[in-house]
Parts: sequence; C-alpha cells; structure tokens
Amino acid sequence: MSVRAPVHQGRLKSPFYSRLKQLDTVNEWHEWKGYSSADVLYCAETEYFAIRNSTAVFDLTPMTKYRITGPDALDYLNRLVTRDMAKVRPGRVAYAVWCDDQGQVIDDGTIFHLREGEYRLCSQERHFAWLMAAAMGFDVTITHETEDVAALAVQGPTSFSVLDKMGFDGLERLKPFDLGHFDFQGSEIMISRTGFTGDLGYELWIDPAQAEALWDALFAAGELHGIRAIGTTALEISRIEAGYLAAYMEFLPADETVRTGRSRSPLELGLSWLVDFKKPNFNGRRALAEEKRNGSTWRLVKLDIEGNKPAHNSYIYGSANGRKGEIGFITSAVWSPVCKQNIAIGTVRMPHGKPGDNVWVEIYYQREMHWNRKMAKATVVDKPFWFPPRRGAKPPGPF
Amino acid sequence: MIDRYDAIVVGAGHNGLVCSALLAKAGKRVLVLEANEQVGGAAVTREFADGYSVSACAHLLYQLQAEVRKDLQLAPRLVSKEMTTIALSPDGKHVRLSADGVEGVSAADAASYQDFRKRMTRFSDLLRKYLNKSPPRLGAKDFRNLMALGQLGFDLRRLGKEEMQEFLRLIGMNIHDELNERFDNPLLKGAISLDAVLGTHLGPRSPNTIMTYLYRLAGDHGRTAAPAGGMGSVSNAIARVARSAGVTIRTSMPVKRIVIENGRATGVETESGERFESFTVISNADPKRTILKLVGARHVETGFARRIHHLRSKGNAAKLHLALDGLPTIAGLAKKDFAERFVIAPDEHYVERAFNPAKYGECSPDPVVEMTFPSFRDETLAPTGKHVLSAVVQYAPYDLQGGWNAAAKDAFQQAVIKTISKYVPDIEQRITASELLTPADIESEFHITGGHWHHGELTLDQFLFVRPVGGAAQYRMPVDGLYLCGAGAHPGGGVSGAAGRNAARAILRRERAA
Repeated sequence: MSVRAPVHQGRLKSPFYSRLKQLDTVNEWHEWKGYSSADVLYCAETEYFAIRNSTAVFDLTPMTKYRITGPDALDYLNRLVTRDMAKVRPGRVAYAVWCDDQGQVIDDGTIFHLREGEYRLCSQERHFAWLMAAAMGFDVTITHETEDVAALAVQGPTSFSVLDKMGFDGLERLKPFDLGHFDFQGSEIMISRTGFTGDLGYELWIDPAQAEALWDALFAAGELHGIRAIGTTALEISRIEAGYLAAYMEFLPADETVRTGRSRSPLELGLSWLVDFKKPNFNGRRALAEEKRNGSTWRLVKLDIEGNKPAHNSYIYGSANGRKGEIGFITSAVWSPVCKQNIAIGTVRMPHGKPGDNVWVEIYYQREMHWNRKMAKATVVDKPFWFPPRRGAKPPGPF
Repeated sequence: MIDRYDAIVVGAGHNGLVCSALLAKAGKRVLVLEANEQVGGAAVTREFADGYSVSACAHLLYQLQAEVRKDLQLAPRLVSKEMTTIALSPDGKHVRLSADGVEGVSAADAASYQDFRKRMTRFSDLLRKYLNKSPPRLGAKDFRNLMALGQLGFDLRRLGKEEMQEFLRLIGMNIHDELNERFDNPLLKGAISLDAVLGTHLGPRSPNTIMTYLYRLAGDHGRTAAPAGGMGSVSNAIARVARSAGVTIRTSMPVKRIVIENGRATGVETESGERFESFTVISNADPKRTILKLVGARHVETGFARRIHHLRSKGNAAKLHLALDGLPTIAGLAKKDFAERFVIAPDEHYVERAFNPAKYGECSPDPVVEMTFPSFRDETLAPTGKHVLSAVVQYAPYDLQGGWNAAAKDAFQQAVIKTISKYVPDIEQRITASELLTPADIESEFHITGGHWHHGELTLDQFLFVRPVGGAAQYRMPVDGLYLCGAGAHPGGGVSGAAGRNAARAILRRERAA
C-alpha cells in the first residue's frame, strides 16, 4: 500500500491572510476559487469610502492567473480573445473577453504583457481546460500561477502618494493600463495601473514570500494617507459605479450554461469595441460576424434610476404601467454613495435600451415586514457612473 | 508561376476522384493532388511480392453506390458479383450465408435468418436513402434543412408504428443480443457478428453494432463483389472518368498544407514547395489530418479543433497478404468455393473475446479473419498456378502497447497464420511471401490518421448530423472555401463514393446559391 501525501482540504489562505485577520473585526468571509476572502473587515461603508477618499487595499491573490509564454504566445492570444493583441506592447495591460465557437463570452479578464512575448492572463474564473484546448497547434506554455503570485489592489485618490512614498522609482510614469517592474527590498515587484474600482489605483504583484513584508511596508507608508484594507462588499459598490462587468452577474460563462440563450456575446455586453473583425480568425468570429449582420438579442444597459431604493433583481419594463411586458432585468444594482445616484446594470432585449431611453424598473422593498412595489423611471446612460479625472491623470497628483 | 483552379482536391482516394469528376462534369477546372504514386488511396491494387498483387487495403466491393455508378457511367468489371460468405468450421461443416438465405443451419435458424434479413434490409434501405444525401443541419431554419429533417421523420414514421419502434430500439443496440434472441447456430452468429464489427473498434457486445451492420447492408443490400484486377481497377476507372472530364490528376505530390489567408482557404502548398491556388479546397484526407495538420488548429476555432481532436479514429483492423504456391486445402469445400468469402469467427463470444485485448492495447491471440483468394478468379493477380490470400484481420489496435515494431508484427502474423491453419491446415507450407499491414502501416502508407477504414469510428455520436463533428456535417468545414469529401464525412467509409458525390453536390449547390 502506498502512502499518499495528505490532500489539502478546506479553504486556502492567501499569503496576506495573517494581516487581514489582524484587521478583521466582523469575521465575514466567503469562498473565492478555493480561498477565504473577506466580505467585510470592519464596516463596508467605511471601507468603500477608503476607495473613493483615501487608499483601499484589497487582496486579489485568489484572482485566477495564467502565465502564457513561448514563441507563439501572441498568435495564441490573438486567436483566443476577440481584440487585437498585437497592439498591446510589452509593459501594457489589456482588458479582453474570450468566446466559444458560438461567439458567447466564456469570461473577461486582463492580459498583462509582462515582457516581450511573456503574458499573464487574469480572470475571475478558472479556464485551464479551455486554454489548453486553445493551445492545440501553438508553441506555447501555459502555467497556472494563481498560488505563485501574491496580489494586492491599492486603489483610491491617495494610492499614488502611498506607493510613491514607498520609493518605487518611476511609478509616476505609469499611465492607465501600463505596468512596470520595480524593486521591493531586493526582490522584484510588478506594479500595474489597473483596478476594478474605476478610480486612480494600482495592482501589486509579488512573490508570496514577500507578501507580508509588502503589506507591512504599504501600511506603514499609507498611515497618514488613510490606508485601509477592504473586503469584497465595498469593492462591489465601486465596481458597479465604474460600470464593470462581473461573471455570474452580467453574464454566465458560456461553458456553464445549459439552456440556449442564457449566455451572452460581447456585442450584447456592450463590448463591441473589444471585437476586432479585422483579425482573420479568433474564437467566435464567424458567429459574431453573423450576429453583427443579423442583430443581437440582448443589450447591456447602465441605468440611472429615480428614488433611492436599489433595484435588486428587478424586471425592466418599456412603459410605466408595464403593459407592454417586461423587456429585461437588472443584474447589478446599488445606491452609489459617491454619485448620489440609484444606479444599476441590466440586460434588455433589443431594440430597447438605447442611450437616453427611458425604461421603468419594478422595485420591491420592505417596510416593517410589509412589501411595497414601485415602478421607478430610469434613464439609460452610456458612460460609467463614476469616472473621476484623477483616474486618467498623467502623472497622478499627490494627496 | 502559380496555377489557379476552380477547385483543388487533396488526395486521390476514390471519394476524391468521384468528387473531382462530378465537379469537372459541371464545368469546373479541377486539380487533384495525390501523395502516393498511384491513385485510389486505400482502394488500390499493388504488388506485395514478386508477381503477386492484391487490393492493398479495401478488398471487397459491397458499397459502390448506384447513384455514383450512374453519374459517372461506371461499370466496374466484376469477377464475382455476389460472393457467398462461408463461415468456416474446422470439421468442414461450414455455414453459407447469402442474400437468398443460409445453408448449414437448422430449419428454425434458416427461417429466422430470412426474417432477420427482411427486417434488416427494410431498415438498411431507409439508411441507404440517406447515404446519398447531405445530412440536414440541426438547428438550421432554412427550407431545405427543415424539409430534409421532416423527410427523415416521415420516412421513419412510414415504417409503421411497430417497425419504427423496432428500428429505434435496435439502432443503438449491440448485435450480440439481437443474434442471441434469434439464432442458435454459433457459426451463423459468429459470421454476422464479424460483419457488424469489421473495420471498427467495436466488439459484438458494443452498443451501436447493429447500426454498423445496417451500414454494411445499406451499401448494396449486403451483396459483396470482387472487382477484376483488384480494387485499384475501380479507382482507375473513376480516375479515367475524371480525366476525360478534364480533371488534372498529379500523383506523388503530397500536400504539405492547405493555405489559409484572411480566414479562408486559398490553395495548397505541396511538400516540394509548389503552390496551387483555388478558393475551393476539398480534402479527401481524414478530418484530423485535414484540420489539425493540413489546415492547422490555429486557423479554426478552439471548440471545433477540440471536437476534431477528440474524434475516435483509431483503427483496429489489419490486412494480411499471403503469396501461395498453390491453392491450399479447406475441408468440405468444392474447388469453385475458393471464389467466395471466408470468415473465421466460430461464434459471437469468440469475436468478443478477440476484441477484449484490443481494449487494453494488445492484439488478439485468436483473431477474427475475413479472407478471400482473389487470384482464384483473377489470374492477373498471381503467376499461373499460384495464388494470393487477402485477409482482413481483427483485432490489431492502432496504439499497440510497445508499438508496432518488427517483433510485434511478426508475433501477430504468427497468431493469424496459426488461426488460419486451424481451418486451412496446409496454409503454412504454401506461403512463399507475406505482408502484414497494421493500422500503423495503413496510416503511413495511406495517410489515414489512426489507420481507421472509416476515417473515424462509425458510431451514433459520429454519424449523420454529427459526422465528423457537429457544425461540420454538411461537407463544409468552418473555414470558408474548405470542404471534406472523404470517409470522415457523412456517410462514412467503404468504397461507396457517396461522400465524394455528396460533397460535390453540396459544393455545386452552394455555388448556385451564392
């Protein structure tokens, strides 16, 4: 009988776990791709305001990461994703979606062109089987490196000042979607000007062995800049304000759907700017070209809704009395503290939901046990709800 | 200088030739490029020992479609029009099967056989109708597809309620169960089992073997014929028709790649570096070779490449050729019987047991054999007084553990000869030369990935609407200008010409629509 090494059971702990645990006062955690991830550490609202008013630190180690290298890495990615990766130079980061043969979105994510011909793909979900299938006929190596890279999002108006104070030389040169390699206490750290908050912010990528030292240095530097660790509840508010999509919210990964019509194409998610039909072949191209010719079924809408009751899970109607029937539904909704707006992201049937259109949202809310229903008028907007000038400032200003 | 054609066919297998001939007859300028020295692909006659020739891969004609004969005005000369199948018994008490009935079994079995044949023929006739049509595309809503689907439903229903239920019951079933419901005679059950599994990686207990049996019957009501001059003469006849229609056929021109530019096929490049241009490239090669090697997975979409990659296409049938210094002895046979088809499958369990090792990458110690003496009626194949034996032998798995090295081939050949000698005691003394083609050899000689007759297992999940795979079952691959016309496309393998004809018709239809 052979003795097997014990299989790890239970949730994984991020290399930042010890630091998060020290700050955690409410013990609200959930599972994220095998890791324990905090919903809230002390107070979701306070954490949220760190994102918008000072510096918020979010542990994004559980984010799925793949390293893609080899002579065919660029060709491989160009066939995998819908946008043209040849335009993404080393030192740049690209937001991308990838589709199945039917042109339905499997996931979205960011691709970091780390060095010439060396890429990192990050996404919420795991995709090794698909990435490997896509590698057939390409000279590429794909390595799953989620556990090999510790990652932090450092977001908010004072984030540049905090990192600058840590002595990352040349950090001010990073434009949005740039990345750079820096020294941290003798080892390499990669910093990208990216994030999920729609604000000025950075993401830090480092060897897990350096994780705690990085955290400590970061919090020491940030002490006077209002640095705070945050959980996913606060992040989620800022994500909706920024108008970003989330898997399982705005779309289901196509390979997870069973029923036809439950997946979405990039065109239906407002991502046609990411689909480059000039490329001769990429996954989903034929189906997307056909969809472009024949028209899409769905449209993603960002809604500015009257009142202050978040439109969670609401149906969307084309008229105030709902007589014309429902035209779609809300996928994410929140009261935006920074915009002072009742905002939501939803999906509606074409041709409804053109920017500027009015639609009606059926909101249910409870008052002392009793339910109330309200038809709230909403306006379709085409810009992110929150897009401060500091997000794109070159160089970012000090705070 | 670059030559430009209306269509380029990669591979001069019989399907490629049929396809090219039909396109040329429709006025197209067609080029066929063949890797080997002679045309025909796996339907060729070639010398395997000094003075001895044989049909190198396919050796019996039982599927050449009447539609193909008619369209090309083909009339292959046959030395045997309807061969009787003789299920050999060591004691000479053989069982003889033909379209008319079965001899050498009990009256009950004989009556049951008539009933079995009648029903199977009714079902295979239904199947036959669909061999010569592009399968409808599921999910497509155009008139043609909806009509074709409706027709299929109507044809099924027209069998009558009970017969339709019976058809639907049988189509996914294994032949072993059906045979045991009907027959007692082991030789009879063995022989039908063999017909159901020949050329596949299936045993009589494998689901789906009734369908493979029906497929065999569907070709030409189960009639088996032998062409004069071996199978190569059929291919040569088709090639003559093609050439006279204006097709250019160039042999010894292996294609290195199908050129894809801006997402569409624009021509081919040969190993020697020559380029030929055409906006219609038709591959007679198997789907895996076509998509993963000639086109390259990167030029198609991931899901499609993955489905092609997962096609089950590992062959399990070997071909044995023996040069004999005279006719051997078989107990209980008249001399004229040597013109018939012999099978060694003493009972259905024997066939299943022979399959067992193949599941684990080993070859059968007691193999199943289908053999003929083609030189008996055709003196062009061997020197006077001498003979050749042509046998299909199962099971010899493509991915044999340890590989098909000389020792493994020798051991398998010995096992086959030992098996044959149980029925043909003097076979060993008569052998003056021999050749064994394993699926690995078939792969390298005929360029068929996995060495599988059908370019992909003939099972319900790789049949009709989903052959070779879903989304590419109408000869048109998901690359503009690229078509498939070989056995990997609907309906499947065998020297039928159906795939080639259907492909040509699909291409012409598409052109008319454009």
